[in-house]
This record gives sequence, C-alpha cells and structure tokens, in this order.
Amino acid sequence: MKSVGVLALQGAFVEHENMLARLGVDSFEIRQREDLDSAIREHRLDGIVIPGGESTVIGKLLRELDLYDPLQSALQNGLPALGTCAGLIMLAKKVVSDRVSTADVLATGGEAEYFGVLDVEVKRNAFGRQLGSFATRSDFAGTDIPMVFIRAPFVAQCGPDVEVLARVDGKVVAVRQNNILATAFHPELTGDLTVHTAFVGMG
Amino acid sequence: MNDRYELNKNLAQMLKGGVIMDVSNPEQAEIAQNAGAAAVMALERIPADIRAAGGVSRMSDPKMIRGIQDAVSIPVMAKVRIGHIVEAQILQAIEIDYIDESEVLSPADDVFHINKTRFSVPFVCGAKDLGEALRRIAEGASMIRTKGEPGTGDVIQAVRHMRKMQQQTRQIKAMDEDELFEAAKQLQVPLDLVNYVHENGKLPVVNFAAGGVATPADAALMMQLGAEGVFVGSGIFKSGDPAKRAAAIVKAVTNFEDAAMIAELSTDLGEAMVGINEQEIELLMAQRGE
Repeated sequence: MKSVGVLALQGAFVEHENMLARLGVDSFEIRQREDLDSAIREHRLDGIVIPGGESTVIGKLLRELDLYDPLQSALQNGLPALGTCAGLIMLAKKVVSDRVSTADVLATGGEAEYFGVLDVEVKRNAFGRQLGSFATRSDFAGTDIPMVFIRAPFVAQCGPDVEVLARVDGKVVAVRQNNILATAFHPELTGDLTVHTAFVGMG
Repeated sequence: MNDRYELNKNLAQMLKGGVIMDVSNPEQAEIAQNAGAAAVMALERIPADIRAAGGVSRMSDPKMIRGIQDAVSIPVMAKVRIGHIVEAQILQAIEIDYIDESEVLSPADDVFHINKTRFSVPFVCGAKDLGEALRRIAEGASMIRTKGEPGTGDVIQAVRHMRKMQQQTRQIKAMDEDELFEAAKQLQVPLDLVNYVHENGKLPVVNFAAGGVATPADAALMMQLGAEGVFVGSGIFKSGDPAKRAAAIVKAVTNFEDAAMIAELSTDLGEAMVGINEQEIELLMAQRGE
C-alpha cells in the first residue's frame, strides 16, 4: 500500500496520518468529493482510513458532500479499509444503541446512513459515557498491544465470514472481513503500529 | 499524568474538526445532532439571554441536562461557575461527558479555579492568551477554548484570543532553551508546560474557538486562524433558521479553506442573530477568571 486516503470530515484523522507517515506510507485527506475523485483518477487510492470522531457527524457529512455513494461502491469493490471506533460504526451492517435517536432510526431503518460492508452488529457507546472510557492491553491477532477506548462501541454479533482479531473482557473489539479491518479502540492514539501495519499489509 | 487525564484529552481529540452547539432542551439537542453537531452544551439559557436577563447565572437543573443526555448519542457538556467545586461534583455524579468551567456563568470564586485534577470527568476552560491556557491546563483542564465574548454575536474577541495564543506559541517555539525559564516566569505558568509548547509548537491539549461565532464564515475564519474546532452558542438558536445555519456551520468547519463552498453555505441562511458590538456591552464576561 503506497497511498492511503484518510476520511477527514471530523474527528482524529491527523493522528492516523502521523501513524501512516511513520510506516512510510503517503496519505491524503478526503474532505470533499473532488479529493476522492482525483485520487481515483490518478490511481492514488490504495486504501482508506475511517477515523474516530462522532459517527452521526461523519455519516451526515458523507451524504451532504456526495461522498457516500462513491465510497460505498469502492468499499464493495474491495478497497482496503481501516475503521476505528466511529469508523467501525460506519462500516458495520447494523448499529444498535441504548438510546433512541433520529440518527439511530435512520441507521437501522429505511435510509442506510452507514456503509454496511462489514457483516457485524455494533453497539454504540457500549461502555457508557466518558466515565466509562478506559485504557488496557490485550491480544490483537497474536500481539499484545495497548488499547484506548473512548466512549467506544463493541461488536455484539459477527457474521460467518468475519474473523475476530481481539477481545476485551469477552467482548469483540477488533474484526477483519476480507479487506476490511475495524477496531472499537483507537490504535492511532497509542504509539503502537501493530494495527496500522496489519492494515498497510492488506493491499 | 495518569490514564484518566490521557483519556479525557483523547475525547477532545475525537471532537476535533467538529462543532459544539449550545442547546436548552431535548428538541434543540436533536436538531443540533441531526445538523451534525459533534457535541452539545446543555444550558438553561444561552449566553445572549443570560446577558439580556442579568442577575446571577448558575449551573443548569440536572433534570434538564439528563433530558438532553437521553435525547442524543453524541457527548453532552454542561457549564459550572468558575471555582464552584460542588456544581462540578454534581455534573460528575450525573456522568456528564465534559464540564465547561465557564466565565459565561457568574463566577463563584474570584481567586481560585476548580482543582480539576481531583475529578474523573474532563474539563474545558476558556483562555484569552497562552498564559491563561497553560494555567488552566496545570489545574487539570483537558481542553481549551478561546473566551470570545459570549452572547454578542461579535467574533472580534475570539479572533483576538486565538491570534494571541498562536503568536505566543510561535514565540515560545522559536526561543532558545535558555530563555524558557524567563518565559515561564512571565507567563506565570509551570516550566514543563512551556517546555512542551517549545518542543511541539502547540498546546498539550485540543484548542477550540468560542464566543461570538454566528456564521459559516466566522467558523471558517476561526479554523483558518488555528482553531481545532468551534463552539457555537447563541449564534444558532438565536437565528432565523437554526437547523439550516447549524448544518452550514458544520460543513464550513470541515471545508474551511474552500471559499466557493463557504459562499454556497452562506447563501440564503435567513436572519443571523442581531448581535451587539463589543463596545456596546457593559459586562465583559471574558475578564472573569484570569
């Protein structure tokens, strides 16, 4: 993977760019349609990172900036992707929440707000509010790494083709399906490059 | 510092590139979330009304804050008076996501800010310059915002504070190491924080703009001046079409350098909040708490 697009609509995208730079991978920000179109034209889109942030904000901006359809078809056609926290929610087929809000109704009802390319059901804010945020260490595909969870989701159910890469307290927090890698935690907030290395190795 | 402080700084990182909106009830909170707010600030009266009403302004009723927590999935913030330890304890008890120790409310203590290191929930504090920002961080703030002049719809003070912070940050970065001790003395802040700014050219926490932001152009202006995100208070729900204006400000913050897009976003937004010029106001809230 030589050149990676980082979805830069809202959230902690700069942190991902820094991690990719440490791995010697070029990255560019996708803030609007032209950023994506030009990258595809010039064959600069080897993969995409969907960062942490607020999934409702990112979901809304994807639609309003006309990025949703082209990105979804790119993902369906096998574009390698790394989604972290909100990024995991954006990639999931189904999102559930303990609170009912309009955004959730949209997510699970008629209009698909999220990409739906990863066959998992994700529970949003699954560890509670900010007081439930925590840092820990756990095994990720055979390597012990630091994990930071910020108002994090977890994976409540996995489809048959989904490989579980990490669990914390029995809850699934990292998964892979074909070219899509997603974590409930934030590898971009620790100095550890394990997850980004796995992502860059996919394409 | 400890894990909790790191986690609290991390939450602010997740808010970057976002807009945090003042809301007074669950309906407004939903409008804000649907318009793309990254978080909401729950308060009974928005700053423009606080300014108009006068009198002592306090923390909001926990019932009203809980109603907003139940209405949205995004983080919920709320304000406490400067130095009011117990109001902060109350907000922590109801599991608020972020506390704003705010000059918009009437100060409870004219000498001491809250010792924020004693709390598990994160705090955002206002600052007019680098010294004030670093003093708040030393006290445990995990996010900083400009003070602006809340409730006026006049962006001049937010601009002044952001420019000042950026200018002082560049000065510290350019200094010889030998000069940092004197800089810490002049700024009245701990040396280790000055060292951090010298090495990294930025604050050790996320820095947002706040105060007087009323249009997509105001929000983009603050981003171009170096803000990492924007608080919008009275500017949204004091305007003619709150949902449309809120959504336009959100998009302007994401694409803050695209003038053509901001021109589109600024078109036909309805009436902006009327606002008061800086010179016309009697109470300068930004002077509260140095």
